[in-house]
Amino acid sequence: MSAYELIRSSAADLAAKLAAKEVSSVEVVQAHLDRIADVDGGERGINAFLHVNTDEALAVAADVDARRAAGEQLHELAGVPIAVKDLIVTKGQPTTAGSKILEGWMSPYDATVVKKLRAARMPMLGKTNLDEFAMGSSTEHSAYGPTRNPWDLDRIPGGSGGGSAAAVAAFEAPLALGTDTGGSIRQPGAVTGTVGVKPTYGAVSRYGAIAMASSLDQIGPVSRTVLDSALLQEVIGGHDPFDSTSLTDPSTGLVAAARLGNVKGMKIGIIKELHGEGYQTGVENRFNESLELLRSAGAEIVEVSCPNFGYALGAYYLIMPSEASSNLAKFDGVRFGARTLPKDGPLTIERVMGATRAAGFGDEVKRRIILGTYALSAGYYDAYYGSAQKVRTLIQRDFAAAFAQVDVLISPTSPVTAFKLGEKLNDPLSMYLNDVATIPANMAGVPGLTLPGGLADEDGLPVGIQLLAPAREDARLYRVGAVLESLLESQWGGPILDKAPTLASTAATSGEVK
Amino acid sequence: MAAINRDDVAHLAQLAHIEMSETELDRMAGELAVIVDSVKSVSEAAGDDVPATSHPIPLTNVLREDVVGHVLTAEEALSGAPDAEDGRFKVPAILEED
Amino acid sequence: MSTDATLSFEEAMEKFDPVLGFEVHVELNTATKMFSSAPNVFGDEPNTNVNEVDLGLPGVLPVVNKKAVESSILIGLALNCKIAESCTFARKQYFYPDTPKNFQTSQYEDPIAYDGWLDIELEDGTVFHVEIERAHMEEDAGKLTHKGGATGRIQGADFSLVDYNRAGVPLVEIVTKPIQGAGSRAPELAKAYVAAVREIVKNLGVSDAKMERGNVRCDANVSLRPYGREKFGTRTETKNVNSLRAVEHAVRYEIQRHAAVLDGGGTITQETRHWHEDTKSTTSGRPKSDADDYRYFPEPDLVPIVATREWVEELRATLPEPPAERRKRLQGDWGYSDLEFRDVVNAGVMDEIEETVAAGASAAAARKWWMGEIARRAKLADVDPVALGVTPAVVVELDALITSGKINDKLAREVLDGVLAGEGTPGEVVEKRGLAVVSDDGALQAAIDTALAAQPDLADKIRGGKIQAVGAIVGGVMKLTKGQADAGRVRELILATLGVEG
Repeated sequence: MSAYELIRSSAADLAAKLAAKEVSSVEVVQAHLDRIADVDGGERGINAFLHVNTDEALAVAADVDARRAAGEQLHELAGVPIAVKDLIVTKGQPTTAGSKILEGWMSPYDATVVKKLRAARMPMLGKTNLDEFAMGSSTEHSAYGPTRNPWDLDRIPGGSGGGSAAAVAAFEAPLALGTDTGGSIRQPGAVTGTVGVKPTYGAVSRYGAIAMASSLDQIGPVSRTVLDSALLQEVIGGHDPFDSTSLTDPSTGLVAAARLGNVKGMKIGIIKELHGEGYQTGVENRFNESLELLRSAGAEIVEVSCPNFGYALGAYYLIMPSEASSNLAKFDGVRFGARTLPKDGPLTIERVMGATRAAGFGDEVKRRIILGTYALSAGYYDAYYGSAQKVRTLIQRDFAAAFAQVDVLISPTSPVTAFKLGEKLNDPLSMYLNDVATIPANMAGVPGLTLPGGLADEDGLPVGIQLLAPAREDARLYRVGAVLESLLESQWGGPILDKAPTLASTAATSGEVK
Repeated sequence: MAAINRDDVAHLAQLAHIEMSETELDRMAGELAVIVDSVKSVSEAAGDDVPATSHPIPLTNVLREDVVGHVLTAEEALSGAPDAEDGRFKVPAILEED
Repeated sequence: MSTDATLSFEEAMEKFDPVLGFEVHVELNTATKMFSSAPNVFGDEPNTNVNEVDLGLPGVLPVVNKKAVESSILIGLALNCKIAESCTFARKQYFYPDTPKNFQTSQYEDPIAYDGWLDIELEDGTVFHVEIERAHMEEDAGKLTHKGGATGRIQGADFSLVDYNRAGVPLVEIVTKPIQGAGSRAPELAKAYVAAVREIVKNLGVSDAKMERGNVRCDANVSLRPYGREKFGTRTETKNVNSLRAVEHAVRYEIQRHAAVLDGGGTITQETRHWHEDTKSTTSGRPKSDADDYRYFPEPDLVPIVATREWVEELRATLPEPPAERRKRLQGDWGYSDLEFRDVVNAGVMDEIEETVAAGASAAAARKWWMGEIARRAKLADVDPVALGVTPAVVVELDALITSGKINDKLAREVLDGVLAGEGTPGEVVEKRGLAVVSDDGALQAAIDTALAAQPDLADKIRGGKIQAVGAIVGGVMKLTKGQADAGRVRELILATLGVEG
């Protein structure tokens, strides 16, 4: 197989070819490392990776090849490489969270999901770029430069997980891990034409994912196909005694659901509040097309109303910064990370902490910390944090009422396609609006999946379709998602990424070694 | 709901231990005012009868048996420290001199 | 450091009515920390009993120690508290380098135990009813050592070193309601209350309860008001009062200091005060800039604790004999008079006597040592008797050495010197210092003959039946043997030498 074919293969196909010994893991990993070297660096590179884990990835691949040659029974995805969002801690590779404050920091422990990747012997290609501490919807808030969208290098890849989505879209990795607090897996998936899943809250351990908002954060799979995400969620999911909010449910049945191949008789609900006004025409058109396809496959499409979703964005922007302001307090230059001394005045720890955090955090992080500190401060708690927690109850009730009528819900993932780099950087509020359709799932803890729904008529950029299911019913997403994916691909005559522009090599111009 | 002004931001920045310049305080106050204004509908959304939800999936009594697990070596513990001495983390003086 | 003015305690009491309140922190003796599986061990090399959770490294999450919850429920039950059917954890937020996450995981709105009480008996038998507001679970902070500067104190230090071994050790904080009506008994009550709490947690087996190690730490709130006024005065909170005697002294000092301020027409600043054992006074703690806004909110990384009735009853069934009942039983077993027993309790050596008796000494001998020589030395050193460093095993061995005639009381005191000087066990000290009594009758006989020859008149008197005169001869023998003789045996031998029936 050529390197071109290898990097364009799905994880499931690579797994099959590895099992059949048609290809070695070293070849697969090398092909991806070469691709990263080819398109990721330089002025106009994708910049999906903050660190490339060449030696370890090749060593793990070689080990897998040796074990397979010796006839050892290996995990289905053994030898299939993966990229890891740099919010997730890894031994042996730096973890920056996209922030200056963690520059050069090496974790002395592995996140639970990383332990699971190691147990499955999946070579880690490296750490992917993100908005600083996952705060953003464009990856422009990374302290290490923005990631570019492979569909248009002048556009954002979404955020905060723009690095993971772009890496998968640019064929730098078949799989990646993301984290999703308000849409950080799904919105980048939508704008890069890839698949991403935010599992049920607690389905995947958060241990070792640097917390933004503890009650909203969730690690999930990023891939090019629905089946690949199912395969990956089965690897990373399941109970973890190190995470008190981890569910005890086993992470099984997802791959089977993705392979089921029918939606006949299923009831699918359109959320009245999550389309129409404020949604780009091309997004609406592709959304309606998907509805038609599902209907033609035997699903019943109905409209449901979730009246309190209108409050979700506001409540989210109280809960998330509140929890973040607390979670980010530990970054003080005492135990780990960078320490910055005040320029003048007495050298006390109080002032060193203040200077460290001033120099180490970017504007968006500071904004959210201050906002969260405000929402939790004496006299405002009830009006802000307390009220937001009540809105959470209302959103859960809306979901409960909706799922009493339908099996899954459907909406566009993002109201707009990828916007230009810099376009919304100085307008936090309009940046926040990108998450309007993804936030309700985090508020209620229910699972959500995005898959490519085609290209918008007006700009030719990818549109994402979001599916939502009741808590602990992640399998339904994979069942419906895989059917819709196959209907759409047969219409397009192949995967949506076949329509993406060919990336020019930046290796010659960059001269940069990662 | 009260508007957020520059002095509020200065106080909050102090609580959050983030040093801010005058310009930064002004800019932050402007941005936060817009954001706070946009989220104020939240306080009117739910009545007193609506309970708060702190965890998306309700669980109780997630407890660990009292059995010793892994520890880091002192070397590992201090590996990321900006400054250390005698096996301990070193920090500048806690208080200003009186 | 300036010294604050004080009124005499008597004058303070004439003018003002004190109101007390206590926050007692109890470190639990679980095997692991409150939220991590790292060991909960005192005194190891710095930063060796920590994992990533205790250091608050990026990405970590807490998991609650079940034993710590059960210990907290036991404490609540022993304090006659109600146990919350459901309770949650909350984050208390403040930046301090001994606090790894820059927030402490604690409980706020719904403590695990609330609305309890304790009856506290003072030395003269007076009983005060102290109401308990709450007992809640939280985690301890790391340990800061201030370096450079003059005194090792926080002020003036050049830098500080942080050891996180103690970070995350489970704590139960017990908070009283305001205690009114103690009057001039306030300092005594303070000491007796803390002693009672310490006794309860030790008796439950949930804490090592060693105040000198910080297992039990007391913050004492004091306020004064004019007699007859209902409204409380402004209070101060004196921190780190870490011995029973210090609790008594600190409360007394703060009453005297407040009284002087108020009497002079001044006002009390609401603040924390630091207790200094060396000067027996408090100094103002600099108010933390964010002390008034902890921004508590429910800990999102932890889920509620639900204490079912079955669970609570199961724990209640394991409660040991309450200290008051235990005292009654021990007094009976030991045959001490009310006064003797009260002295033992007040000296804080009841547990030590129990251990000493359990290890083989008689109740009388145990009392003789703990209330005699050990208490005397403790008083001289101005420490609690248990803090002196004498263990029940030492007492048992000393007593056995006396009973076997190997040493006498005088020598035993010297042996104790040696033990306290770190020379080893009593037996080893006897050996090293050559302190055994002269038990060789030949050697004794020679000394007796010399003593009798020196005082022939006395010898005649004894022969004539004035047996009480033998004491003077015994004294002479003891002098000759430098005290290393068994006085009883010497007496026998003298009488035998003189042919008199004892």
